[in-house]
Amino acid sequence: MNFPYQLEARPSPSRTMQLAAPLLAALLTLAGGWLIFSLIGKDAAAAMYAFFIEPLSSIDGLAELLLKASPICLIGLGLALAYRANVWNIGAEGQMLVGGVAASGVAIYFDGVTAWWVLALMMFAGVLGGMIWAAIPAFLRSRFNTSEILVSLMLTYVAPQLIIYLVSGPWRDPQGMNFPLSIMFGPSALYPLFSGDWHWTFWKGTRINASVFLTLAAIPLIWLFMRKSFAGYRMSVGGLAPMAARYAGFSERRTIWSAMLISGALAGLAGMGEVAGPIGQLQSTWSPGYGFTAIIVVFVGRLHPVGIVLSSLLMALLYLGGEAVQTSLQLPQALSGVFQGLLLFCLLGCDLFVNFRLRRRGVVAVAAKTIKPLETSTLS
Amino acid sequence: MNHQVIASPPDLAGAPSVPARLSLSGVTKQYPLVRANDNISMEVAPGEIHAVLGENGAGKSTLMKIIYGAVRPDAGEIRWNGQLLEIANPAAARKLGIGMVFQHFSLFETLTVGENIALALDDEFDLKALSARIIKVSAEYGLDIDPQRHVHSLTVGERQRVEIVRCLLQDPRLLIMDEPTSVLTPQAVRKLFTVLRRLASEGCSILYISHKLDEIQELCDTATVMRGGRVTGKVTPAQETQASLAQLMVGHALPAYVHREHTPGDILMAVKDLSVASDDPFGTSLSGVSFELRAGEVLGIAGVSGNGQAELLAALSGELPLPASAPGETITICGRPVGRLDAGQRRTQGFAFVPEERLGRGAVPAMSLADNGLLTAHREQMVQSGWIKSAVVRAFAETCIKAFDVRCGGPDALAQSLSGGNLQKFIVGREILQEPKVLVVAQPTWGVDIGAAGFIRQQLLDLAARGTAILVISEELQELFDICDRIAVVAGGRLSPVKVTRDTNSEEIGLWMAGLFPGNEVVSHAAEH
Repeated sequence: MNFPYQLEARPSPSRTMQLAAPLLAALLTLAGGWLIFSLIGKDAAAAMYAFFIEPLSSIDGLAELLLKASPICLIGLGLALAYRANVWNIGAEGQMLVGGVAASGVAIYFDGVTAWWVLALMMFAGVLGGMIWAAIPAFLRSRFNTSEILVSLMLTYVAPQLIIYLVSGPWRDPQGMNFPLSIMFGPSALYPLFSGDWHWTFWKGTRINASVFLTLAAIPLIWLFMRKSFAGYRMSVGGLAPMAARYAGFSERRTIWSAMLISGALAGLAGMGEVAGPIGQLQSTWSPGYGFTAIIVVFVGRLHPVGIVLSSLLMALLYLGGEAVQTSLQLPQALSGVFQGLLLFCLLGCDLFVNFRLRRRGVVAVAAKTIKPLETSTLS
Repeated sequence: MNHQVIASPPDLAGAPSVPARLSLSGVTKQYPLVRANDNISMEVAPGEIHAVLGENGAGKSTLMKIIYGAVRPDAGEIRWNGQLLEIANPAAARKLGIGMVFQHFSLFETLTVGENIALALDDEFDLKALSARIIKVSAEYGLDIDPQRHVHSLTVGERQRVEIVRCLLQDPRLLIMDEPTSVLTPQAVRKLFTVLRRLASEGCSILYISHKLDEIQELCDTATVMRGGRVTGKVTPAQETQASLAQLMVGHALPAYVHREHTPGDILMAVKDLSVASDDPFGTSLSGVSFELRAGEVLGIAGVSGNGQAELLAALSGELPLPASAPGETITICGRPVGRLDAGQRRTQGFAFVPEERLGRGAVPAMSLADNGLLTAHREQMVQSGWIKSAVVRAFAETCIKAFDVRCGGPDALAQSLSGGNLQKFIVGREILQEPKVLVVAQPTWGVDIGAAGFIRQQLLDLAARGTAILVISEELQELFDICDRIAVVAGGRLSPVKVTRDTNSEEIGLWMAGLFPGNEVVSHAAEH
């Protein structure tokens, strides 16, 4: 009660705070990181340099950054669409894995075939795989009103079992010395690298591949869908005011299905991009958790395509930084998780000030003071 | 202007023999957006029934919450029996002897009457002894309620009695009644007035908050009129005319409605033997509802809330289409069966609907007015092969804002930033601009200030004159008598016969609202379960 400030609802959400909150959260995260490095007895300045600057100071580092940000961004775009429609697809990780599995199936079946359509077919399979995995919670939600949060999350833990079965059984590489791995995919089952002379020499020799163009294309498309299409409008009405959507006659079932299928498709495509990109085969454990990271990305990016692009770059940097301090300072990889958590935590905290502001407890105190002398005068 | 402003007693300093039960001076409360109370002063004598009259948003409720200790004023002083004090919280208020009956009851439906009352008592209690006291007090005031009954089985009027008895048990010296009659039938209002007069005669002061002028004239000794957070007059209601009271309350004279000659046209909407079982355990099932709605007429459905209005509206609007087992012909629009169509498909047939809840149902709070226009008016060439035509959407919103006098910051203003009356004008305007064949309106002027209410009613009358069939479901009887050609009543999920407005009166409709209408003699509306 004695805290001199109190929270007070703003008349309208602050536009400035909406933009400032992510920046403020990033600063607080940096400060928190500095504190953590100091507490564990490391040179904070060197650690921060290794974490945030070093990965960006080489072409290779930049290429790795884009390679990581691209799938996170792609998944995030789909999730933003779903979350705007109040459909809580938490299982993008599972949809991504199944997308990767489906694409791997195509790559293994057509192994040795050199044609452009192998990659196209893999993309199609990846999308389809993600959609099928997302269709399960969509069906259960629209038919039996189950929670899509729980169903999609639980399916995320089913997907790795499917992969383990495949890579230790039917799809195991015969020459793989019994390791749970599939064969290495042929060049026509991989996204082309930027290695030819006709590419910008800038990127030559890095691992970055053509899948980033897919993400680049998806950004304006999703933005257009959100802002300009009637289907996108119907979905956001369903998310913002479900009663209004029913009042207007927008089908809730359709919203659930489109939200789940689109987010599942993009997650599946991202998974395909991993097996047909940096990994190049199906492994028993190949996901660095992009599907979960994307959830943080979506919220840090305020459900907006541009915000998601920026925050997925930031999140990719946290991954790279975690790896960098692991090698240069022998700090655990878990640090990138700590930073992710810190960032989300600070953001949620800063978000409070979009709708609220601090006000000094002053006015009431003044009123009490004016009452007191009156009281004594009535007594005398 | 023939109202007489009574000056406050000049001998305040000279210490009158009996100090006022409650006296406020200079009470001010500032909220971030508005100054809800600005320098309010008033006095309530012991045993006085004192009206606080004002429109929605005039600051009545804030003032009452200050007196009840639920809100702290920024400035000003409160005297209780001449003693200057601060009311820290509702418990302190109750200790002083201040009781409050809220407009929206604060009862737990799954508990019994006795348990509900016990919960509100600040001291320890013995449920058995308490039950005996409840029976004694309620019998004494003619408020018969059974402490063993569960609250969900009570009618609205009975629930209000529970709230009143709850206050009476604490032996109040001041009872605050916040809009107590908004949910009662005219007969129940009579009963309530008897109880209040009896209480006053025993020395309990009553603060009676209302915007209904006739009630205040009938019941109250004095009235404090508020507008925009200030006191605009202190009057003796019996010496005033309704026009002069309205003048004080609204700041201008009440609007008159232009009625046109009534020429009933073709049947545009027909409902035949509509029965809907409610999913909600506390909802009301509809049984055998039938009516016909003709072009150019306004049909009103009166009734105490919770008697099947929500279920009827959901069935008519298509928000809850009839199950596959029911024949689609149960509801027809322009002769076509629509019973199993959803809300969007019914709209394509020329149906439009203004729901009771504005924010969240009639409009998306966080969306702009332009986007809210798109919500139902997208059939007006706003969408081309799946893409929204922003220019058309904006133009529609601009037309609507202009034609219906919506006070707002333009088409980009968020729906939640508008006052209730202005948002309602926008929603009504959006539906009317689509020139529907059938328009269903629920509570058209609930919570809307008098000026906007008059405007909205006139717009509905004008639309009917252009040949639209209009159904109005309202709890405000006066409103229905003002604008409807024919009136029916819904009680306990059944619809009464439809009467031509000039052949009936509020007494008869009041009886019907209690379930006593021809064809419904055996069914008491209290025994729905």
